[in-house]
Amino acid sequence: MSLGFSLFPEQASTMAGRVDALFFFLIGVAVFFVSLIFFLVVFFAVKYRRRSEDERPMPITGNLALEIFWIVVPLGLTMVMFIWGALLFFDTYHPPKNAVEINVVAKQWMWKAQHPQGQREINELHVPVGQAIKLMLTSEDVIHDFFVPAFRIKKDVLPGRYTTMWFQATKPGAYHLFCAQYCGTQHSGRIGRSVVMEPADYVRWLGGGATGVSMTEAGEKLFQRLGCSTCHRPDGTGQGPSLVGLFGKPVELQGGKTVTADENYIRESILDPRAKITARYQPVMPIFKGLVSEEGILQLIAYIKSLERQERERTQR
Amino acid sequence: MNAVETERREHYLNVNYGLKSWLLTTDHKRIAWLYLVSVTFFFFIGGLFATLIRLELLTPQGDLVQAETYNKFFTMHGVTMIFFFLIPSIPAVLGNFLIPMMIGARDLAFPRLNLASWYIYILGGLFTLTAAAAGGVDTGWTFYTPYSSIYSNTNVALTVIGIFITGFSSILTGLNFVVTIHKMRAPGMTWFRLPLFVWSHYATSIIFVLGTPVLAISLALVAIERLFDLGIFDPTRGGDPLLFQHLFWFYSHPAVYIMILPGMGVISELIPCFSRKRVFGYEFVAFSSLAIAVLGFLVWGHHMFVSGQSVYAGMVFSLLSFLVAIPSAIKVFNWTATLYKGSISYDAPMLYALGFIGLFTIGGLTGLFVATLGVNIHVHDTYFVIAHFHYIMVGSAVMAYMGGIHFWWPKMTGRMYPEGWARLAALIIFIGFNLTFFPQFVLGYLGMPRRYHVYPPEFQVLNVMSSAGASILAVGYVLPLVYMIWSLRYGAVAGKNPWRARGLEWETLSPPPTDNFEVTPLVTAEAYAYDVAEPEALYSGRPAHV
Repeated sequence: MSLGFSLFPEQASTMAGRVDALFFFLIGVAVFFVSLIFFLVVFFAVKYRRRSEDERPMPITGNLALEIFWIVVPLGLTMVMFIWGALLFFDTYHPPKNAVEINVVAKQWMWKAQHPQGQREINELHVPVGQAIKLMLTSEDVIHDFFVPAFRIKKDVLPGRYTTMWFQATKPGAYHLFCAQYCGTQHSGRIGRSVVMEPADYVRWLGGGATGVSMTEAGEKLFQRLGCSTCHRPDGTGQGPSLVGLFGKPVELQGGKTVTADENYIRESILDPRAKITARYQPVMPIFKGLVSEEGILQLIAYIKSLERQERERTQR
Repeated sequence: MNAVETERREHYLNVNYGLKSWLLTTDHKRIAWLYLVSVTFFFFIGGLFATLIRLELLTPQGDLVQAETYNKFFTMHGVTMIFFFLIPSIPAVLGNFLIPMMIGARDLAFPRLNLASWYIYILGGLFTLTAAAAGGVDTGWTFYTPYSSIYSNTNVALTVIGIFITGFSSILTGLNFVVTIHKMRAPGMTWFRLPLFVWSHYATSIIFVLGTPVLAISLALVAIERLFDLGIFDPTRGGDPLLFQHLFWFYSHPAVYIMILPGMGVISELIPCFSRKRVFGYEFVAFSSLAIAVLGFLVWGHHMFVSGQSVYAGMVFSLLSFLVAIPSAIKVFNWTATLYKGSISYDAPMLYALGFIGLFTIGGLTGLFVATLGVNIHVHDTYFVIAHFHYIMVGSAVMAYMGGIHFWWPKMTGRMYPEGWARLAALIIFIGFNLTFFPQFVLGYLGMPRRYHVYPPEFQVLNVMSSAGASILAVGYVLPLVYMIWSLRYGAVAGKNPWRARGLEWETLSPPPTDNFEVTPLVTAEAYAYDVAEPEALYSGRPAHV
């Protein structure tokens, strides 16, 4: 039967079916309780309708067993909902190891995506089917939110820090890409598309109109141009620490604390180096705030992440 | 007692006349009227913006007004409805009028503070209305930073100052209620003889006093960042935009309970009265109000599941959000059980109460959907959330308010409203409400984000259904405005207890004298003693004849 409009969104990611299954469980519980309450209210209201003005029903003050029953049963049901929902949520926070990273920078009012191979696009996101994709999201101005209903996931995109999300598309097609966090005048005026392609088509798309400069290469150029390479030498003889193998590792700071060198840490250390100073190094690094764009920082991070692999390949040769 | 005698007898409405006697009154009953007139005004202002929103959303193109104008419409709708209608509605109108009478007192503990809180409310309202008239504000009622504090170029500061000021009115009202309930109960009115309306207002008052200052702080910080250019929430100056969300929701989630708890109090009066039966599980209903007030302070992070807060914070807030659902479920089950073997009449207030049970059940159960983390990541910030909270705030809180106004109208005015029209209006509101908001659940799961001026064309059918429902709902809200005003002059004379209800407020005359009671009542029975034939005996110290 066709209504001329849909009542249910398309499923186009590995998450979609799992979210919908939980949703149907919740609908089942809700329909049961709504029907129960509606039935009881209507049934009592009709059965015990007032038949004479002077009726005085017998008082019933309560029933402890009944109270315990209708506290314990809903509590049990909600705990099922909680655990099921939390497990699903936990998975959305942890991308698979082989996920391909795509960077997305939001601004009033557009999405700017940058693929590892260097391909860039605006208000669209092309991804291959069957490949886990991890998005690194940040904003140049206000809070936005990256939302693709067909994938059943969304994440706020904040200025001044990275948030991540991941998905694996399962069905080729073009799906709405919405900003779900109110971000000003054209909040709804930039409805984008996420285009899911067969892997071969995606490779072809990456080649078409590409700059030929990958994220890592662009990052390396920037690393040279900004003069980072003068101090951050790969062999550790510079004024700053070597960045080879830095990413994902603990860094000892002055004062004895340690932090994990993730994207947010590297970003902060570029823009405001004095916020966290590595142990046994002097705070001599200049502040790069205002000198490098959000997209440039993401390229630098991609380059720093690649250093370990590059170094390994070099020594193996 | 006939109409002529009512007119001749001195009561709080005719004890003196003239504008001054109203604007300088310290009588809680007259202050309730000041609030009634003001919140009704703001309700229709907020309703006007809602109408404009629904008109715009008839078509997907966004062709009625500019995007900027549309953004101002939904912001003004939210701001007026939440801060200037829903939060003061039941507490400041019905709570003000009834709490002293229900506990057998002559007035609230601080009558002049009570009047002051109305003036503060009006002052805040004037600021916000000025902001609206001077070009409006486009941040959404949630004022998320850094959009509100840096990027928006509308009247944000003026609006938040208005809300900041109005907050003090809530704090003072809450303080007044807490002190009154503690100190001014008539002899024999023990805590467990209090009507549940008073219990729920006690819980609400605690939230008023503890929560509202945090809202004031967070909005003041937004104004400070805007006006004095200090970096508080702006990340480019070391601020944290999420800090605002934590502060804002620390108040604004409990504020949801400010809106619904008093409504639950009203329903706990209506159902026993029109079933002629003691409320089932009194202690459970009473303590569930307190449980909601306490747990309500611990769930603010469920507004931030997709904000980038840690996955473990998300889990804790989800767990606590499920726990806060339990006291609400307790209330629904106890109200339903109260109907069992009752003597149920279908007067208009009861129709509202039964409607409330249905809509609150739907609103509460869909709350479980948004509390479930795995589903929240899909429905967050979509029309699903809009539908859910309108089922709570409009479907439940406004239904309860309407039911309460009808129920106590004879006490407030000494006149009956026209019963036929009132039943018709209750029915129209119930139908119109569901037609308006049920399609929005579907829209939300399909993925339509909130605050969208332009939307994909496949969402149009459901949006048109919603707008059509809204036009029915509007009729349902205008009708009572007309017949209630009509009844002030032409309504049948009510007498002191037209519903044969129990409760001290029904033992005094309608309208009550300025001092509420001629002699201080002496309470000798539990609340809702509907099995007792002579209610007078319950409050005079004479033994009750059952």
